[in-house]
Amino acid sequence: MYPEYMHESLELAAKTRPARLELAKSGKPVYPPMNATEREDVLAKFHPDFTSGARSKIRIGPNKGEELTTEVTEILEAHSMVEPRLMDIHLRKPDYETDLLIIGGGGAGCWASITAMQNGINSMIVTKLRMGDANTMMSEGGMQAAVAPQDSPTRHYLDALGGGHFENKPELVRVLTEDAPQIVRELENLGVIWDKMDDGSMQVLHGGGTSRKRMVSCRDYIGAIIMRTLMDEVKNHPDKITVREFEPAVELLLDEKGQCAGAILYSLDTEQFLTVKAKATVIATGGFGRLHIRGFATTNHYGATGDGLVMAYRAGAHLKFMDSVQYHPTGAVFPEQIAGFLITEKIRGAGGQPLNKFGDLFVFPREPRDIESAAIIRECTERGLGVDTFAGRSGVWLDSPLIDMIHGEGYTKHQFPGMVRQFNRYGIDITKLPMLVYPSLHYQNGGIEINERCETNIPGLYVAGEASGGVHGRNRLMGNSVLDYNVFGRRAGMYASEYAKSVKLGNLSLEHVSAYARDMSCAGIQTDLVSPLILPSYAPEDVKLQQMARLGNTPARHSMLRTRFGRDEGKTAHGKAG
Amino acid sequence: MTSKRAAPPEAKKDEAVELPTPVNPQTRMVTVYIMGKRAVVPEHATIMRAIEYTGVQIIRGAGCREGFCGACGTLYRLPGDYRIHTGLACTTLVKDGMSLTQIPAVPMEKAIYDLEQIEATVDTIKKYYPAIFRCVSCNTCTKTCPQGLQVMDYVNAAMRGDIAEVMDLSFDCVSCGLCALRCPAEIVQHKVGILCRRLYGRYLRKESRELDVRIDEIRNGVYDAEYAEMMAMAKEALSEQYYARDIEA
Ligand SMILES: Cc1cc2nc3c(=O)[nH]c(=O)nc-3n(C[C@H](O)[C@H](O)[C@H](O)COP(=O)(O)OP(=O)(O)OC[C@H]3O[C@@H](n4cnc5c(N)ncnc54)[C@H](O)[C@@H]3O)c2cc1C
Ligand code: SF4
Ligand code: SF4
Ligand code: FES
Repeated sequence: MYPEYMHESLELAAKTRPARLELAKSGKPVYPPMNATEREDVLAKFHPDFTSGARSKIRIGPNKGEELTTEVTEILEAHSMVEPRLMDIHLRKPDYETDLLIIGGGGAGCWASITAMQNGINSMIVTKLRMGDANTMMSEGGMQAAVAPQDSPTRHYLDALGGGHFENKPELVRVLTEDAPQIVRELENLGVIWDKMDDGSMQVLHGGGTSRKRMVSCRDYIGAIIMRTLMDEVKNHPDKITVREFEPAVELLLDEKGQCAGAILYSLDTEQFLTVKAKATVIATGGFGRLHIRGFATTNHYGATGDGLVMAYRAGAHLKFMDSVQYHPTGAVFPEQIAGFLITEKIRGAGGQPLNKFGDLFVFPREPRDIESAAIIRECTERGLGVDTFAGRSGVWLDSPLIDMIHGEGYTKHQFPGMVRQFNRYGIDITKLPMLVYPSLHYQNGGIEINERCETNIPGLYVAGEASGGVHGRNRLMGNSVLDYNVFGRRAGMYASEYAKSVKLGNLSLEHVSAYARDMSCAGIQTDLVSPLILPSYAPEDVKLQQMARLGNTPARHSMLRTRFGRDEGKTAHGKAG
Repeated sequence: MTSKRAAPPEAKKDEAVELPTPVNPQTRMVTVYIMGKRAVVPEHATIMRAIEYTGVQIIRGAGCREGFCGACGTLYRLPGDYRIHTGLACTTLVKDGMSLTQIPAVPMEKAIYDLEQIEATVDTIKKYYPAIFRCVSCNTCTKTCPQGLQVMDYVNAAMRGDIAEVMDLSFDCVSCGLCALRCPAEIVQHKVGILCRRLYGRYLRKESRELDVRIDEIRNGVYDAEYAEMMAMAKEALSEQYYARDIEA
């Protein structure tokens, strides 16, 4: 239920609806899309990446001297969780040995294990929480794939490059767009249920930045459907794919030749550090939303703390585009309990329009994400035309009732069951009333730099999915990251397993971790942060203080606390942990 | 560009429309019992946030935090109400007097099968999950489901071999396992659900011919020249082509 004080604004939105419906039906853009100059202007003034303090220079490591997102610089300029000296005997007697170690049990990780198996290589997936507790599980809207006759892979290529402001690595975008139709087919052969037209052709919709309808979908549960299918497949091969849950990796291992040779895991249940020796390693750890960059609420899962970046960076891997963050234009602002909850872009693809408090359109609904987000922030800040909530947030309406008016009654309920259910829980019927939205921290645009074989600058280290950097430039378009983890997860498994067949490993070493610590002290870095973070702590600050009073050897689990202490997430204007 | 805009938002600012400002209701606190232990938490908290409010770092029992992953199944009772209620901790609000416990894992066995070697028939379901035929139609699973699914109906559909119906009715299942925990016939409903969904996607789908065509085109190198050309283009030229491209309505 919306509170009394919002009713008047809701009525204004209802009043402008018939005219806006006409506009939508006319087939012309409902609002003029921005040209290049307008885009640059709104980005520079309103995108959170460009606010003061958003970036800071990193003082050590492969990207030394570059400006990175401040919160990323912080976790990179932090202490390791492990003391290399104390691990020595364990390096000589590893707890697990495998041909291929896959870090992360999301979409990219599952794919890597499946293609490695097809290539005759057994693997081990280690993951932080349960399998599938991942951003992959949560994607709603869809995946881009140029399957429609009026579309083409090269058109998809151009759209993706334009969305990424032409900074993407072209060879990555090529395989992304070129593999896409094959991915659609392979997924359905694994049992994924695509939305189809009556004649069997794929249903395609628009997403932000697409010039052809290209978004394929599974109602609004694409992530859950793909993730559960891949997980089920992985679990059908217990003899070839070993799964270890609640055992996140915290450092990579190298050998004396500098080849990646496995990882140190940290058991969340027993607080033990475990050693895995592996011929090849794939990082598929996903994104970093739980760093709550700039204090924003996030759409990401609980374990999205950018661990892969930290491990790879300490081992010497180069990062790319780690100065840009994707804010999804439409995170929920009301009710407070679901602040940050993602409202899929497909809502706008299907005709939903963003409106200010007077019920007026103020931006083309399908601008690329960074532009759309910046325009919404401008509406709520500079122009003061947002709708305020009593929790201190501000947002704009996303007019969902239009969707049934355009496509016929029942369409919203069938196409967006997740969305309808989520709002119904709080007494809001989105087929009758709009949703209140504001940008939410959503996606790690950059990451560990890879090539089209998912290789990094460290031999034996492969990266796939959201943890990787280069494919999206500084701005990913909707539907391209579901595609990304499928395309590159599959490739990582193929190439890493091939490499594992011939590599000869030397002795396991954590020397790079010691060297990194020395570099930190030489650079005069003083910090009490320990990374990777593993999980954010949402204990109230006064409770954290009492937990930190412990004397002596702080248990490793408390690094989560220590790292989050005094950082005030959830207390800023943008709101709380979702 | 700007001149074409139908209604520049700035124009509205001058109009004398004053919208009401939000009122800040005081955060009320409620008492809950988390695994029997009393805690006072904000009324607007979800069960998950309430547990964290007490200082607990959840390790098992939280995943997506948004109602997709099923990591956070919770059983609770309310004062003066004999019934056991279920909910997802990440999306269910606390209530005064609520007594709750999370169920982070439900023991069960997943059948192992090779999707390529099985058929989309009732026999397949019978082979891997024979227990479903013990269903006594008590409807407990449906009453239990925090997603509000017609679980008993999809179990019955599975018994009839109506795989399309199972697919449709179980589509939104988050695999929390609460139905399986409460079922007097000890059925693992959600595992039957995923088996049937995969069978549907693999064997009962409508074929997409345009997809075959596109896959062949790519395999035959139809787009190679165009890719090569675009990959060689300078940023300016690409940008020009990008902004000039037509957009499907
Ligand atoms: C709410 C939401 C909606 C989205 N909707 C869409 C959409 O409609 N279309 C689209 O294209 N994209 C969408 N995305 C983005 C897309 O889902 C993700 O980018 C993509 O799924 C990432 O896949 P991944 O396999 O790389 O990472 P994930 O799926 O996040 O998997 C990473 C895994 O690694 C584990 N892990 C993390 N750290 C460690 C560690 N130290 N050790 C071991 N394991 C670790 C995590 O627990 C997790 O299981 C959405 C994202 C979110 C959050
Ligand atoms: S709870 Fe078990 S026995 Fe009862 S209806 Fe559901 S499946 Fe059948
Ligand atoms: S069907 Fe069962 S496992 Fe699936 S969401 Fe409902 S209660 Fe949970
Ligand atoms: S935490 Fe994923 S459903 Fe609640």
